[in-house]
Amino acid sequence: MSRVRAVMTRELGEYFHSPIAYAFLLVFAGAAMFTFFNVGGFFARGIADLRGLFEAAPVLMVLLVPALTMRLWAEEEKQGTIEVLLTLPAREHELVLGKFLASWILLAAGLALTLPLVVTVAWLGDLDPGPVIGGYLAALLLGGAYLAIGQFVSATTENQILAFILALVVCLALYGVGTETFAGLFPDRTAAVLRRLGTGSRFASIARGVVDLADLAYYASLMVFFLVASVFALRAKRMPE
Amino acid sequence: MIEACDLRKSYGSTVALAGVSFRIERGEIVGLLGPNGAGKTTTMKILTGYLLPDGGTARVAGHDVIAEPLEVQARIGYLPENAPLYPDMLAGEYLGFMARMRGLDPGGADADRLLRAARECGISEVLGRPIGQLSKGYRQRVGLAGTILHDPEILILDEPTSGLDPNQIVEVRELIRRMGRDKTVILSTHILPEVEATCGRAVIVIDGHVRADGALDELTRGQVQVVTCGAPDAEAGRAALADLVDGATIEAAPAGDGLWTFRFAVTDRDGALAERIAARIHDRGWSLRELRRDDRTLEQVFRELTETAFAAGEGAR
Repeated sequence: MSRVRAVMTRELGEYFHSPIAYAFLLVFAGAAMFTFFNVGGFFARGIADLRGLFEAAPVLMVLLVPALTMRLWAEEEKQGTIEVLLTLPAREHELVLGKFLASWILLAAGLALTLPLVVTVAWLGDLDPGPVIGGYLAALLLGGAYLAIGQFVSATTENQILAFILALVVCLALYGVGTETFAGLFPDRTAAVLRRLGTGSRFASIARGVVDLADLAYYASLMVFFLVASVFALRAKRMPE
Repeated sequence: MIEACDLRKSYGSTVALAGVSFRIERGEIVGLLGPNGAGKTTTMKILTGYLLPDGGTARVAGHDVIAEPLEVQARIGYLPENAPLYPDMLAGEYLGFMARMRGLDPGGADADRLLRAARECGISEVLGRPIGQLSKGYRQRVGLAGTILHDPEILILDEPTSGLDPNQIVEVRELIRRMGRDKTVILSTHILPEVEATCGRAVIVIDGHVRADGALDELTRGQVQVVTCGAPDAEAGRAALADLVDGATIEAAPAGDGLWTFRFAVTDRDGALAERIAARIHDRGWSLRELRRDDRTLEQVFRELTETAFAAGEGAR
């Protein structure tokens, strides 16, 4: 566990050595506020909830998370430091987990920056805490799934830009399959399946305040799947073709 | 102890290692020597458990690199080619990170290990500076300090002096020699004087094969006999010397003034050979300008082996 912490601390330091962390936090908080008031129509609806925030969260994270994950392994590969890391007496999952936790903490910090909204809404009206807690939990898990996808993609290339674009495409695809625009094209049975696979369609009910354990489990399993895939991507580096 | 046994590795259709075997005892400093692309780095990557070989096995510090890479990695310090580092980290942060990854506690009980490694590598004064701002020499030594924090039994250094200026080279060599007193060291290089300066033994790898393996004085033992005389042509000279050279190849080259220079390896220190050659040339009625013995340098050994390997490759084609 001490190695996971060492990797995590180093990664966090790396985020804050560069402008990535600040840019991410600023853009994330700014965009969340903007969509909450302007797109979510908080004042127009006159209901004390955070629907505007949670409706925007899946798309917002699709766009911003790849920026956090693109360098995770691609940069190690490019600098050659991956050879230093992989010849330390550490297991691959410790490295993957350390990097994942660092990126997750940054994402959590971004979500934490939206907490003033919660305070404001609670002060303005009668805010039901259940859906709020559930919404944040779901956002953390969905973000975690995206981060895991991003890390996996980063472990397959030494090109950061490519890692960014691929992660964006995969996350967007997972979001897109569940949208009405896409799922609506298919017969009802198929559409239902697609909606269950889509990361955004599941989030819609969460945004309305209905948090289903199945949704959380789905996000968590996506996360675990891609973290395991990252471990295998690292192992594959020992056996180049 | 390091033991490589018939290591094989190909990248696609390129054969990097075609059965490499050697053995390095505790306390030895061995140079893995070869031209660029000969398989030195691949060998080292396998020894550190970074790459899996296609065939063969290797044991490092008593553990199999394929079956127990973590056991091996806990006992080695490995400096990859070009000493890759994190440019945004401070040198001291990097050492702290490496120490924590080795299960040490650089902030507490093991703080003195970190400082000692920094002192030994001469980087104490740059610990507070970002690695990206350091000179190549400092960076190389920061990398080196990171490999010795845990006092490993075995050091594996891939081209530890490449890209350094002459002063830095001398410093790093001195450092390696000092560390070699109580550790097993294997270092790769294509610079021969490097091996002569630091290593007790050389393993020469060419085209994925071990072409020579032995103590330096053993590899360079024997001498080269040089004869410059007035033979009418190369063939006549070769014929005259044929029964005196004990099967060695005779190289012939025109020496100007209608003379020819013949060279061949002699393995023993037979002093009378010179007299026999002189008598033979006298019998033929040729003039004799020069008769001398040269010591073989590692450079020559290396070149001979490279040429033999090249000729063999050409012959196969």
